[in-house]
Amino acid sequence: MLEIRNLKKSYAEPGGNKLLILDIPQLDIGQAEQVVLRGESGGGKTTLLHIISGIVSADSGSIRLDGTELTQFSESRRDRIRADKMGYVFQTFNLLPAFTALENVRLGMTFARKKINAERGKELLHKVGLSDRMHYLPSQLSVGQQQRVAVARALANKPRLLLADEPTANVDPANQQRIIDLIKDVCRQESVAILMVTHSDEIANQFGRVERLEQINRAFADRIATSEQ
Amino acid sequence: MNLFTIAVRNLTYRKLPTALTMLSMALGVALVVLVLTISGVIQKTFDRTSNVGYNLIVGAKGSDIQLTFNTVFFLSQPVENIQYSYYMEYMADDGRQKEYERIGGVLKEPERSGLYSFLIKGGFAIPLCMGDYIDTFRCVGTTPDYFNLLKHGNDNDLDYRFAKGRNFVDYSDEHGYFEAVVGSQVAAEMKLNLGSEIFASHGAAGGARHDQGFVVVGILEPTGTPNDRGAFVNIEGFYLLEGHVAPNRDEAGREEKGSATAPERDSKLSKVRLPIEKREVTAILIKTDGMKGIGLQRQVNKSKFAQAVSPIGVISGLLNFFVKPIKWALLAITSLVCIVSAISILVGIYNSMSERKRDIAVMRALGASRDHITAIILVESVLIAVIGGFIGWIAGHAVGPLSNAWTEQATGVRIDFLSVNSIEELFIVPGLVLIGILAGIIPALAAYRTSVAKSL
Repeated sequence: MLEIRNLKKSYAEPGGNKLLILDIPQLDIGQAEQVVLRGESGGGKTTLLHIISGIVSADSGSIRLDGTELTQFSESRRDRIRADKMGYVFQTFNLLPAFTALENVRLGMTFARKKINAERGKELLHKVGLSDRMHYLPSQLSVGQQQRVAVARALANKPRLLLADEPTANVDPANQQRIIDLIKDVCRQESVAILMVTHSDEIANQFGRVERLEQINRAFADRIATSEQ
Repeated sequence: MNLFTIAVRNLTYRKLPTALTMLSMALGVALVVLVLTISGVIQKTFDRTSNVGYNLIVGAKGSDIQLTFNTVFFLSQPVENIQYSYYMEYMADDGRQKEYERIGGVLKEPERSGLYSFLIKGGFAIPLCMGDYIDTFRCVGTTPDYFNLLKHGNDNDLDYRFAKGRNFVDYSDEHGYFEAVVGSQVAAEMKLNLGSEIFASHGAAGGARHDQGFVVVGILEPTGTPNDRGAFVNIEGFYLLEGHVAPNRDEAGREEKGSATAPERDSKLSKVRLPIEKREVTAILIKTDGMKGIGLQRQVNKSKFAQAVSPIGVISGLLNFFVKPIKWALLAITSLVCIVSAISILVGIYNSMSERKRDIAVMRALGASRDHITAIILVESVLIAVIGGFIGWIAGHAVGPLSNAWTEQATGVRIDFLSVNSIEELFIVPGLVLIGILAGIIPALAAYRTSVAKSL
């Protein structure tokens, strides 16, 4: 479903040198597969999610989603792919404060071009156990409730791939498991593949496949080698 | 959810800054509407007074503006007088004969009899005598024809109607030649009623008061014309007041000493009139049929006795020369207020950009394109401009009806909510949309350039 080949991304350092962040020869995620991505802070996990989602362009390489090559697309076309086929859960929830829980979820389907039943917003909130909080503003919800709304929003456009960037990092332990269960269950029900970044061993152990960025990213090995010299 | 509802929700979430920005736009538009309304009232007032019900004013040679101001608006000092016999040249032979028999006296220059009568066939000529005041209001000596023949209103189709009483008559058994009709403002300010006696002061307001008074027999309904501020007395009575008798003059125009004396009268009800040769008029109101007025004006102006002016021409000239430039100047100033309001929209939205960068980045991450974000910001900006402008438009128009107690009394123009609006108002809505777009461009560009990766 997702095929990454020879993906490279570098950033300009303050001194003017280019720092290679990502050099991933291959990473594949199958249909409805649930994958955890682990790695050190600053290792490029979030950058990888940004590149896959089209928010950031890769320097080179190939990303294919359902056979469609994404890296050659213009920014606006990548926006459309993201709106139609991807969901994104952020570490800090990022609910829009002016919108109610239901409106935040509906925002997730606003920019998609495919036809989605307007009732899906309510259905998703029901699935995440917030039927009685639909018309609450984010400021009126607990942290755990906010992240559940964020999960519902990420799934509102019926995505093929859910990108989750440490979705439980800011959630209390009691809610962490609930959020993870929720993401896994709903994605399984809707045949959505997951690529989740997490630092937590406990969470990573619940996924059938765990990838360590240090192992799939040659740029990391190069940096280690350079620093040892 | 669509872009419009997203924009509306963004605005309602920031209620106070949104309301304040709308308020500044409302203020600007209210000022524009007020300027348009006031200039509309001025225009209507001019239109009403331009439709004076006659097309020419004939008076002594001199300033055409002074003659118009004095005759139409009862402002400025009266021009010199002209002989009553000159006024009779506008009468056909039989009319002239009847006038002679009615008044009596000596008619000079009989060879000029009815010189202009054929040019006003189907119209009329009404004499006016001016120069006296009733309190601070103009005293106008005229004939009953003034209210019988003249019309007023935008289409010149309204008769003068009396709120109380009736028109004065040439002679009444009760008051002789001394009856008067007063305008609505005169009656209100001087607290006059039917039967009240008014006394003219000679030459100027506050001048020597004539001993002979006039009895008010009619009070006009408000007309919105200068006649609301006039006191109209029977010309026959006017001539009998002290100092209103023209002296005899020799061929060189020199006064004959002691000749300016009124005829002997034994009582107020005496039917003795001032003879024709001792009468003068200040102005003659002429209504002609069709294009004859142009020919008449040319002929009169060629003569050595008098001038004829077209009041509509003079009034329109004044309107174009003074009022319209002022209106455009005021519109320019109030438009500047709108531009300042537009800048406040720009500043308001632009300042909110820094705190909304994260929201914009989230929407981008959810699939919104840069164009979507730009459109949302522009819709917000246009909404502020249009809603604020609409509030201002309503407020600007509401001032008119609220001020009617004063406006109607002062100008005779009643301002209903939508009665006084001009063609310029049609430009307000597209103007507001344009202002909204212009004000939103810079914040929209800032939103367009927001880096998603850095802002998340």
